[in-house]
Amino acid sequence: MNILVYFEERAGSIRKPSYEAIEAARSIGATSITAVIVTASAASVLSDTVKRSGVSKIIVVEEARFAHYSSRAAGKAVAEVAKQANADVVIIPATARGKDLAPRVAVRLHAGYVPDVTALAMHEGRLQATHPVYAGKANVTIDVLTPKKVYSTRPNLWKASKEQAESAIVENVTVAFDEKDFAEQTKELVLSQGKLDVAEADIIVTAGRGMKGPENWGLIEGLASAFGAAIGASRAVVDAGWRPHSEQVGQTGKTVSPTLYVAIGVSGAIQHLAGMSSSKTIVAINKDANAPIFGVCDYGIVGDAFEVIPQLTEEVKKIKH
Amino acid sequence: MKIIVCVSHVPDTTTKINLGADGKNIDPAGVKFILNPYDEFAVEEALKLREKNTGEVIAISVGSDAAKEAIRQALAMGADKGILVKGEKSDSFSVAEMLAEAIKPIGADLILLGKQSIDFDGMEMAPMLSELLDLPAATVVVGLAIEGTNVTAEKEVEGGKEIISLSLPCIISAQKGLNDPRYPSLPNIMKAKSKPIEEISGSPASGRTSIIKMDKPEKKRVNKIIKAEGNPQGAAIELVKLLHEEAKVL
Repeated sequence: MNILVYFEERAGSIRKPSYEAIEAARSIGATSITAVIVTASAASVLSDTVKRSGVSKIIVVEEARFAHYSSRAAGKAVAEVAKQANADVVIIPATARGKDLAPRVAVRLHAGYVPDVTALAMHEGRLQATHPVYAGKANVTIDVLTPKKVYSTRPNLWKASKEQAESAIVENVTVAFDEKDFAEQTKELVLSQGKLDVAEADIIVTAGRGMKGPENWGLIEGLASAFGAAIGASRAVVDAGWRPHSEQVGQTGKTVSPTLYVAIGVSGAIQHLAGMSSSKTIVAINKDANAPIFGVCDYGIVGDAFEVIPQLTEEVKKIKH
Repeated sequence: MKIIVCVSHVPDTTTKINLGADGKNIDPAGVKFILNPYDEFAVEEALKLREKNTGEVIAISVGSDAAKEAIRQALAMGADKGILVKGEKSDSFSVAEMLAEAIKPIGADLILLGKQSIDFDGMEMAPMLSELLDLPAATVVVGLAIEGTNVTAEKEVEGGKEIISLSLPCIISAQKGLNDPRYPSLPNIMKAKSKPIEEISGSPASGRTSIIKMDKPEKKRVNKIIKAEGNPQGAAIELVKLLHEEAKVL
């Protein structure tokens, strides 16, 4: 089985979910793993770490116009490379970029596509992919019927591949782009300063209505900083305008799978639970012992968040240092 | 401006999901269906653009007669007419093909849709339509500005936003935050009942994927609950110890 993995570049580096995709490829018994990089500048992105990431070959599509990334052009490039490399399976990390790219590659390859895969396994010679639906209230296991198969893998669920002694062979491939491939262009990336995004955080501290008002988020920030966590929010506090929607976790927000999820003053409405139930360890802190969140947590503290958070922040600091 | 909004009919977020007898789908009994919440942002954006530029807003959906409910909801918000593409939804790719086939002859300036349907959560519809219709697209959009045929879209990405420039005709998928969708007023709900919904037959391709099974995630949780009453420090110490020694996540 030849597997092609998409390496996603941001600011000259390959992002971690790409290394996780290598591990996903390895776990299903790939005979050869090739990576594809679509970039404006191969020299700046092909570091030693990238070359030693555990793939046997890296195919680079270098094109100056990718200085303003276009999803359409990238889709064309990855599909072309998949054809040339005779890939049976294409794995693209289900990041913001990957979720836009993977369906395009599938259409171009006339391939069946499974989005946001949380498990991949061989079963009686068929590759089966699990994809959470209804925001994680259920899972579907899907068989792709076409000869070529495209999957996007959810970040944080596979370990990133370790650096290998062996360096990959690098090959350049030229793709004939036309004007309309770059009809959409990413002009600029505006990052929120110093903020870790819930979608890619290993630890998340989410707060809800129990925090009483937006002025009390200093406590949450303190705890999140002690944990090294991203800050999440419940739908109630986003709808109330206390927090931006980019922080919202749940069915109409982000679906997350961190190692540790700490829910504070969050009752645990079904639409919230849907977005975080695949977290490895769940902690709940709530005044109301009957809050539904206690039914799904690993560890819980029944108590006043305003008393517990400062103490917890201190204890976390002690263990982290 | 001719604007198409693709809408889907999905179970409400507050609905409990029960598995159907075939083990491959949900049991629809007792499930309340709604207009996909992300599609509401798409409809709202279309209505705002029509108010500014005049034109027409067409709501389109693929599925059975039940999908008319979602179209009706879009009409109640203010869309002018609806199109129901009747066809078996074997997978997202085939739905995209049926949508593309129906959209192509209309010659729309703008195609809007929600970033994902909250049933299968695939987020693949806008990129697939972009390929099938050969139109540029911006997805997961939280800000949109249109000047003449120039379009600037803000796409939500990890840790920030990307500013994407493209031009009409194009496809935009809406994320929460793009606008505040209006509630349909009672007179508009009444008016929507007499707005036309054209029915056409889709020609669904056989699915490129097939569902082997659907099940519910059953993760066993440790469920140790500490009472902090009178001793928040003790509770904090115990929790950190458990996270460190038992769960090994710290």
